[in-house]
Amino acid sequence: MTAGFLIASAFLASAVEFVEALTIVLAAGVTRGWRSALVGVGAATAALAVMVAALGPALTLVPISALRLVVGALLLAFGLQWLRKAILRASGYKPIHDEAAIFAREIAGARTAQAEQRVGLDWYGFTLAFKGVLLEGLEVAFIVVTFGSAQGRIDLAALGAGGALVLVVIVGVLVRAPLARVPENTLKFTVGVMLTTFGIFWATEGAGAHWPGDDASLPVVLAFVIALSTASVATLRRRRPTMVAA
Amino acid sequence: MSRVRAFGRFWWSFVVGDDWRAALGIVVAIGITAALAAEKVAAWWFLPTAVAVVLAHSLYREARNSG
Repeated sequence: MTAGFLIASAFLASAVEFVEALTIVLAAGVTRGWRSALVGVGAATAALAVMVAALGPALTLVPISALRLVVGALLLAFGLQWLRKAILRASGYKPIHDEAAIFAREIAGARTAQAEQRVGLDWYGFTLAFKGVLLEGLEVAFIVVTFGSAQGRIDLAALGAGGALVLVVIVGVLVRAPLARVPENTLKFTVGVMLTTFGIFWATEGAGAHWPGDDASLPVVLAFVIALSTASVATLRRRRPTMVAA
Repeated sequence: MSRVRAFGRFWWSFVVGDDWRAALGIVVAIGITAALAAEKVAAWWFLPTAVAVVLAHSLYREARNSG
């Protein structure tokens, strides 16, 4: 159960970030040329690889209880941000994330930016793709390293993230448009639930408390977080029944 | 100096986000869980309960401000 949950969480969380990165890279490539955009993607990927290579082995030296405490606290803080935004979007208090609108905005910005050549590259296209992949990729790296290290299985978390990357790249190359049909808000809701669940589970263990039934209580925590989230959406919708869509 | 500040701001927004009270509530709740566990009291129930309270409070504040 835990291994499958770990791979699924890393896959879903990474897929959401890769879809957002794809939108930015597409905007950079279409307007400023593919060479600069792809060099930006390569440079950001290399920078992320260096960070993960440095951080991953260092975390294996930390005792598992201390690691779970820190990782649990970080995941809980991080997961609650996702969950809170997802609940507010689902209940109409925040606009729904719209990949097509973001793409149009990035395209407009890239078209009006001045042309500047540096080291043979269109500098705007390079930095747009670099920043997009680095920032979205940093979230993926954070999730892979924290999930994997707390469970002692970075390989499984990396497998989930790698699967998401392959899928998003293949679909992106085939579609050559922002993946607006991906149910991103539902995915974000799911990821928020999973991050919060893992955060509660590991932070409690890291703090020295013990779950009744050990790992068997993880699905119960998951059910609790799902119930809490859906009840929050229902309560907020009753307060404000009109949905915001944009 | 501005780069250091920007770096700090990035990590603050990355981990803490736009509701620092929720992040603080989580840290306090984990501390209480650790204190209960150190006293050999069954403490597994405390963090899920605290998360429910922190989330409800954060959502209430946001709904009140935007409504």
